[in-house]
Amino acid sequence: MTTTTRIERHHYDVVVIGAGGAGLRAAIEARLAGKKTAIISKSLFGKAHTVMAEGGAAAAMGNVNSRDNWQVHFRDTMRGGKFLNNFRMAELHAKESPQRIWELETYGALFDRTKDGKISQRNFGGHEYPRLAHVGDRTGLELIRTLQQKIVSLQQEDKRDLGDYEARIKVFSETTITELLLDGDRVAGAFGYYRESGEFILFEAPAVVLATGGVGRSYKVTSNSWEYTGDGHALALRAGATLINMEFLQFHPTGMVWPPSVKGILVTESVRGDGGVLKNSDGKRFMFDYVPDVFRKQYAETEEEADRWYTDPDNNRRPPELLPRDEVARAINSEVKAGRGTPAGGVYLDIASRRSADEIRRRLPSMYHQFKELADVDITAEPMEVGPTCHYVMGGVEVDPDSGAAYGTVQGLFAAGEVSGGMHGSNRLGGNSLSDLLVFGKRAGGHAASYTDQLTSRPKVPVGAVETAVEAALAPLQRDTGENPYTLQQDLQAVMGDLVGIIRREGELVDALHRLTELRERVAKVSAAGGRRYNPGWHLALDLRNMLVVSECTAKAALERQESRGGHTREDFPTMDPSWRRVNLVCALDGDTVRLEHKPLPKMRAELIGLFDRTELAKYLTDEELADFDALTEEAN
Amino acid sequence: MGSKREFRIWRGDETGGDLQDYSVEVNEGEVVLDVIHRLQATEAPDLACRWNCKAGKCGSCSMEINGKPRLSCMTRMSTFEESETVTVTPLRTFPVIRDLVTDVSFNYEKARETPAFAPPADLAPGEYRMQQVDVERSQEFRKCIECFLCQNVCHVIRDHEENKPAFSGPRFFIRAAELDMHPLDAKTDRKQYAQQEQGLGFCNITKCCTEVCPEHIKITDNGIIPMKERVVDRRYDPLVWLGSKIFRRGETPQSTANSAGKGSVVHSGARQTGVHSHAGGSGDPAAEAQAQQGVNWHREVPHPTMPAVDDRGRLPLTELTFDRAAAPSPFGDDVTFPLPPEHLNFAHPSQDDKPAGEGDRH
Repeated sequence: MTTTTRIERHHYDVVVIGAGGAGLRAAIEARLAGKKTAIISKSLFGKAHTVMAEGGAAAAMGNVNSRDNWQVHFRDTMRGGKFLNNFRMAELHAKESPQRIWELETYGALFDRTKDGKISQRNFGGHEYPRLAHVGDRTGLELIRTLQQKIVSLQQEDKRDLGDYEARIKVFSETTITELLLDGDRVAGAFGYYRESGEFILFEAPAVVLATGGVGRSYKVTSNSWEYTGDGHALALRAGATLINMEFLQFHPTGMVWPPSVKGILVTESVRGDGGVLKNSDGKRFMFDYVPDVFRKQYAETEEEADRWYTDPDNNRRPPELLPRDEVARAINSEVKAGRGTPAGGVYLDIASRRSADEIRRRLPSMYHQFKELADVDITAEPMEVGPTCHYVMGGVEVDPDSGAAYGTVQGLFAAGEVSGGMHGSNRLGGNSLSDLLVFGKRAGGHAASYTDQLTSRPKVPVGAVETAVEAALAPLQRDTGENPYTLQQDLQAVMGDLVGIIRREGELVDALHRLTELRERVAKVSAAGGRRYNPGWHLALDLRNMLVVSECTAKAALERQESRGGHTREDFPTMDPSWRRVNLVCALDGDTVRLEHKPLPKMRAELIGLFDRTELAKYLTDEELADFDALTEEAN
Repeated sequence: MGSKREFRIWRGDETGGDLQDYSVEVNEGEVVLDVIHRLQATEAPDLACRWNCKAGKCGSCSMEINGKPRLSCMTRMSTFEESETVTVTPLRTFPVIRDLVTDVSFNYEKARETPAFAPPADLAPGEYRMQQVDVERSQEFRKCIECFLCQNVCHVIRDHEENKPAFSGPRFFIRAAELDMHPLDAKTDRKQYAQQEQGLGFCNITKCCTEVCPEHIKITDNGIIPMKERVVDRRYDPLVWLGSKIFRRGETPQSTANSAGKGSVVHSGARQTGVHSHAGGSGDPAAEAQAQQGVNWHREVPHPTMPAVDDRGRLPLTELTFDRAAAPSPFGDDVTFPLPPEHLNFAHPSQDDKPAGEGDRH
């Protein structure tokens, strides 16, 4: 059968999988290095999930506050990630992001401006100074459009010089890669299909850059698009690379859970800052029951006191709705699990009964318009139904910080953006993802190009591997006894959402792993109705395998890490444990099963750790590490 | 809480297809895309449909819903009557691939033909200085999410395949306008390009594109009309014309017309004094009310044609002495001209500055 299957073959130097910010930036760099470059996009060119980023791109340009510099940005990033970040990545990111932003202006980007005509920068949680370059609330769109247009301009150059727009850089839109092909340990190519026609396509290329984004589609409530099925994570695992920090997922405590048209969309924290309160289905303002002892002194005990805070913050304590994100999420989670949630499985966020319609419209204009337009929900007239929503995965492919080359046994594989791990540690700061895309996209593209230069022979795609890939891709269409892929996806989302969600417990995680094992058997037998031409059921059936293996990594790592840190909260281990800070959990694939290993974190260089106060470090480091730090400072004196 | 609603969805491919009836559960608060997803998860797992963000930010899920081009993620079920059958069809202007998915590569080809941003040669990265007020005009066009609804609804190419090679469409007119208004773009011939290469002359300002834009970009008023006006400026301003004879190319004093445009907001909206008319200023209250309800996408419109050019490659346009405010009427010949001036929604920028009859000398 496979001998009669038509496969379109292409030869490239660098294949970039993913056409979001990181993928496009990597492709630009590879093309500028003179390499013949292919960009594979699961959807149309320019639709990537990067468009959803609203806040901005963090870069210490110092346009608004001249005291800002890369050291401050580095410090903020490490704090945000609770010191679990790969320090070298955080350092490179802080140092290089201003250049990457300025570069975008030469591609045609139009950021909002300061009075003196520079790029304006806004404040954001966790950033000490105003640092986020932005364009209203559509910074992600500006970034993707700018990179898209830069690629077009490179194609125009090629048309002028070589007579063909696609001579050196080509976008394969609506194309999915299902398998990486290896020659020994070296990447030899990638196999996939055109979504539109269902025809197969084979790329022969010595270097592949993964830029496929995150994994949010494995969760019931998510702000992520359908593309986020963890393809890059799974491709890397199967090619012999490793994943780190997979237990860390960023959940936003207040995403809309109802109505379905806006499910997953974030409700900004300023709704609570401006007077919004959380209520359960009994109408009780429940946050007063969830103030942890350590915060007891800073938070109000009565509703009267809390309500006075909005107008008189000096003489009253803060309302408990303004506790840190993880506390709020935990409280919502407990209320819903205790049966006091809304019908859709959230709680009520009520600002309508507390502020006048005029005031709400004035203070929260974009929130008001967004929900009015998308869902006909009038936030000035009725409470919102909210709950935790899956937003970003900190974990990903374990890479060399400088080059983005994947660790593990594979060569010629690079990763950048959300699919790579380490940069954000256990928790990402807002605004750091857009600059992450640019900094590490450029690095991965450049290093992929130089990797191909030093090869003495071009890896060959083994025929057998292609045949296996074809068979695996066609299998769901040829089975008619298996389950509907949509049912399987819903079941997977239920397992991950209910058992490996924002608050985790040992029993639930063990249960989740059992259910994932069962699901794996069912996914192996999935069947898709219809033909090969633009068949979303078939596409989902093929994505399920990736979602499943990545979910297993998350569940296993979450069970293993017995502490709470950043995007990983264990109810049975509620505090941060300095000894766990020294450990990364690394996932690899042994045949079909996920293998988990402990790996020590690289030790921060002296001049970098010297940027922190001892009192701050004491919260994160073990006594042994603190003694080392003291020895360092003494030496310096 | 849900109720059964009737849907008719076009299923098929380039060889043909038809509307198929579905009876599907619809819950409160859902949008059309939710219903399509429910159909995929139940009785039509291979129903093809593009989507991505489901928040009106990516522009993937464009389709025609009850004949109107819409984003399905932003079309709430509550906008239809309970008993109303919702008919969903693919975009009509582009070739069907399968079901609701069309081949939109036309747009990517046109994007590739539009000259890219030309960075100023004397500025290094980090040295760009621009004022907010100056970037805002281009920023409006950069809000575009490339849903291609404007392209789909544009009657120059909707049902007129033969016009596609010569016409880029509203999306790329605003791309040209965006670059034309970019404070630091080093290319100075964006308007000529729009006129000569993009087929701007085909556009007869029916505003259908503006009407369907989910980002509420004023495509016609802020993009197309200023581009048309300024093309006219340069072609027919006698000083510019004389200048182009005296100065070498690139040294023409076009920068006077140009820099005026770059420094201050110039668009016809600011000049309008009359009330905006949706029905072409006919003054007929019935037509006005009908137009307010929305454009009838299937109405007969005059076949758009590129006006002939004279031997110097110039348009024989005599807009100032023409019996209509803008060439071939998009409103049909039942509208009596001249229009009442207070209802005009297009005013020539130099109308007041030139003696009547200036136009016919060219």
